[in-house]
Amino acid sequence: MTPVHATTGQRQPIDADPVLKLEGITKRFPGVVALNQVDFDVRPGEVHALLGENGAGKSTLMKVLAGKHQANEGRIILGGEEMAFENPKHAKRAGVVLIHQEQSLVPGMTVAENIFLGSLPKKWGNRVDWRKLREDTNRILETLKCSFQHDDLVGSLSIAKKQMVEIGRALVFTPRVVVFDEPTASLTDHEKPVLYDVIQSLCEQGVGIVYISHRMDEIFHLSHRISVLRDGEYTGTVNTCETNEDEVTRMMIGRSLELDHASKPSEFGENMLELRNLSVKRLFSDVSFNVRKGEIVGMYGLVGAGRSEVAETIFGLRSPSAGEILLDGQPVSFTTSHDAVAAGIALVPEDRKDQGLILGMNCRDNMTLAGLESVSTLGFMKRADERAVYDKYHQAMKIKTPSWRQKVGNLSGGNQQKIVIGKWLHTHPKLLILDEPTRGIDVGSKAEIHALVKELAKSGYAVLVISSEMPEVLGLSNRIIAMYDGRVTAEFDGDSVSEDALVQAITGMGASAAAATTA
Amino acid sequence: MASAEQTKQQLLNGRISRAGILSFLSAQGILVFFLLSMFVFSLFSEQFLSQSNIMTVVRQASIIGIIAVGVTVVIIGGNLDLSVGSMLSFATVLVVDLHDKIGPMNAILVMFAFTLLLGAVNGFLIGLMRLNSLIVTLAMLSVIQGLVLIYSGGQNVDIANQDGTWFPFFGRGYVLGIAVPVLLFGLLALLMQIVMSYTGYGRRIFAVGGNPMASVYSGIRRNWCVFSTYLISAFCVACAALVLGSRVMGSQNNVGQGYELLVLAGIILGGTSLLGGAGSIWKTVIGVLILGFIQNGLLLMGYPYYTQWIVTWVIIILAVWLDLANKRKRLLTTHS
Amino acid sequence: MISIKGFFRGRTIIQPIWVFVIAIFIFFSFMSEYFLSLSNITNILVQTSTIGLIALGMTYVMINGNIDLSVGAILGLAASLAVGLQDYGLTIAIIAALASGMLLGAINGLVVWKTGVNAFIVTLGAMLGIRGLIFLYTGEQSFYSMNFAFADFGASTIGPIPVLAIIFLLCTLVMHLVLTRTGHGRNTFAVGGNPEASIDAGIRLGRHMMINFIIVGFFAALAGVLLASQMGAATPNLGRDYELWTITAVVLGGTKLTGGYGSIVGTLGGVLAIGILRNGMNLMQVPAFYVLVVLGLILITVLIIDKKLNVPSTKEVRI
Repeated sequence: MTPVHATTGQRQPIDADPVLKLEGITKRFPGVVALNQVDFDVRPGEVHALLGENGAGKSTLMKVLAGKHQANEGRIILGGEEMAFENPKHAKRAGVVLIHQEQSLVPGMTVAENIFLGSLPKKWGNRVDWRKLREDTNRILETLKCSFQHDDLVGSLSIAKKQMVEIGRALVFTPRVVVFDEPTASLTDHEKPVLYDVIQSLCEQGVGIVYISHRMDEIFHLSHRISVLRDGEYTGTVNTCETNEDEVTRMMIGRSLELDHASKPSEFGENMLELRNLSVKRLFSDVSFNVRKGEIVGMYGLVGAGRSEVAETIFGLRSPSAGEILLDGQPVSFTTSHDAVAAGIALVPEDRKDQGLILGMNCRDNMTLAGLESVSTLGFMKRADERAVYDKYHQAMKIKTPSWRQKVGNLSGGNQQKIVIGKWLHTHPKLLILDEPTRGIDVGSKAEIHALVKELAKSGYAVLVISSEMPEVLGLSNRIIAMYDGRVTAEFDGDSVSEDALVQAITGMGASAAAATTA
Repeated sequence: MASAEQTKQQLLNGRISRAGILSFLSAQGILVFFLLSMFVFSLFSEQFLSQSNIMTVVRQASIIGIIAVGVTVVIIGGNLDLSVGSMLSFATVLVVDLHDKIGPMNAILVMFAFTLLLGAVNGFLIGLMRLNSLIVTLAMLSVIQGLVLIYSGGQNVDIANQDGTWFPFFGRGYVLGIAVPVLLFGLLALLMQIVMSYTGYGRRIFAVGGNPMASVYSGIRRNWCVFSTYLISAFCVACAALVLGSRVMGSQNNVGQGYELLVLAGIILGGTSLLGGAGSIWKTVIGVLILGFIQNGLLLMGYPYYTQWIVTWVIIILAVWLDLANKRKRLLTTHS
Repeated sequence: MISIKGFFRGRTIIQPIWVFVIAIFIFFSFMSEYFLSLSNITNILVQTSTIGLIALGMTYVMINGNIDLSVGAILGLAASLAVGLQDYGLTIAIIAALASGMLLGAINGLVVWKTGVNAFIVTLGAMLGIRGLIFLYTGEQSFYSMNFAFADFGASTIGPIPVLAIIFLLCTLVMHLVLTRTGHGRNTFAVGGNPEASIDAGIRLGRHMMINFIIVGFFAALAGVLLASQMGAATPNLGRDYELWTITAVVLGGTKLTGGYGSIVGTLGGVLAIGILRNGMNLMQVPAFYVLVVLGLILITVLIIDKKLNVPSTKEVRI
């Protein structure tokens, strides 16, 4: 297996004066200093990657840069002139644009209206100049080589196309600097090259690009320089071609990445979960595999391959159109998630904020939410028992929060995820499904969660992990199920599979799952 | 890092809140206002703080209060119930009309049954079919009002032999010196407060209101929880109808018109958020009582009854505004 | 869904409500010989113009992502002012009435904007409070107009068509054009569809919101003045429950409570649906009580149909 982290980037740094400079930027929020004397600059035509753990300040810095926040201290210098952006529109007019992670589009309006949001061309009497709008929009759409029409409703577009609309909006005022914040997070591997092409053509036009991402492969593929933030402080800038992943990681977390070296579980029992030809119309078909007690099975695939949908079907949130699910040898059919939970299935969902937690509730209440019966008698809650449950998992998983009263919305991503996991462990499930358990989580917590998952399997749980990160899926799984386009394409042994075979299996390349070897 | 330590200390102290008028006012504001206004009213009228006056006010506020208890549960669950006013009309007319036809006991049972049925319809449409609660209960307001008119033929109803029945007990009776309506209000409020704060059911309702999707992903049967809240609301309306009908021993067919507004006003004043997932029955009790005392105080000061509406307008907005201002640590919004 | 470009800017979808309107139109034409006459149809337009005018403004407010529960009270106050101030001159009375509506709308808008309190709560309070103002001003009395010109206006016609109907249709046309073709109209959609993105794009959220509240306040007042002119009087309880019907009409027409979607064309359909139903059932001598029930049931049915039609893509999990 080729060690991924040793590759170095190909691109030489661009030699030119920066088009945008941030000097000594400090930003304070009530109770916390988000940025402390941070320096940053962008050169025309370069792709400058910005790295840092969650909470390091990358998003805050970019929001300051693009006018959404105002810095408490420091200067912004654009093209030699000092500027102060009062709001994003001001920044955009000056030539600095931020393309978000969150949706900043209006789904009920057309592509043209979204691109020109707040800047609609007008005729007298506040009337919109539709012809100019159409022409200008088509011009932008052509530049981006988009296939959709100016009067399509944004709400009907796919995520990748929506992103193109957002980029289109960024181009309205001829930008000099464009910031991309995690742009590939929701794109399939087919859609990514389109984005890379757009970025490339922007570079060729002399636009400076800031690229925020967690994905090392992209960063080393695209960027000329890499800057790192840690805990709101500026750690340094390196030329991509002169560094490697290890060094950059050390800059991010202050130490080398400690991979979780614990051994994988090795003793397996009976089949806990068995899927036979499971199908849900239009989402996935003919899925069959099994998970044994004490085993970790990984589901690997691209976004949209159907993995989460399979998990949701097992969990009772979707009804199968064909096929069977067997739990502990018995065929089961759930109409609600309630039934699935009662039968002993646990799902740690993909989106912990919208699906995993009640943000307005405190830690203790979130922790017991799935297992209320066990901490109550005749319907009445037993506070002492509840507290005991909370304490137990708080300690076992090293959750960092000063008090159980803390509202879960105030915790960091890693701690939030631990609470979700704790919630499900409390139900003592037979089958534990984890959907992207370490997405958007800092490196330290990531390693802790990996170790925890292995421990759980060793103590007898049947574990199914869904992941889009190859190192994670390789590091955890006894067996790997590869999915592509709603079908299981291959099943591999977690220790002996080659990366190439995996990639082939999840991209539908290679006619048959040739490289499969089973334990 | 220094700032992280600071944050941690503040968290350990239980809350991140800046000392100051804004914060204190918002947390205790409504109570402070309540006491202040009581004080002011007592200056203007000697009667105000007399025991009989206070008992009268509380008794009159009880009907709104009983309904408000039920609606609070619906709101905590993340929905609204605007149909309670016409449901009250319906139930009151029904129980009064049937009293002479099938006897008080049967009338009460039938009334409860039909009112709960209406609640079940609400619950079915909103809980099980997942339609929007504002529009559905608005539509039901209309439908139920129509049903009342059809049933009563546009006539008012009353009980013929008003002395020969135990029925007035609910509206006019006393137990241990406390008026029955007040007792009923207090008992229902206590019961629901216990349920909401101390049972698994209550916890689930808070979860469903706080984040319906996450509650389903946690194995809670969201649809049935919402359905049940509408049964509770209907039950409370039925109790209120019992009191109302038995006090007046007759009923106009639109007697409940406008109650939904006053109930909502009381709940909002009390501080329960209309978004769901938070709040409490006690807050509603306070809010309803405040409204009652304000009306009474203004009346005793010689102002006509509609003055209280204007006052309510102002204090509702002030109450919610201050609460919001405290949460965002800023008096006014910043967007232009 | 039929899609018509051109006059209906962009891809306006013909709302399901129009199918219903056409269906009941045909139905009542058969059920009653009086239905399909010019005088009856213009009658419908006049009868629905009250709710219809308010609904025009309410559409803007709801697309904006807000709601206005005080429209009934504003109507009542305007009606009372329009009649009560006639001693000072008819023009002054009418101007005062219209101004009161705009002022109250501005207050609502300003409060929602600056305090951040939900429009539901703000206008709920206003609904109560403004009704109190009416009672304060009228002293619980009904006012009767002595001005014949005023009362005659309510019944006046241009040719065979009542002036009131013309006013209503003209306003509908203007409001449609403003919503679909002006910056304010498009920005209203933007604000309702994604408020944060709108702020970032430089759209002045508060200003647009306030303008929309002023618009609905104006229309509520206008409706009040016209209603008073029809009745030749104003009662203190005038306008109660009107917000209910207005919201019903707007929702029937396809505007969503959550904001960002809606149209005047749809609202017109909703208004006509209510008007035709009332009129038709009346001609069929169905007692008024049943109209309430039928209308409520139709609203619920429309909700159900809307939910079934807009089945979320299979991607959505069943909850």
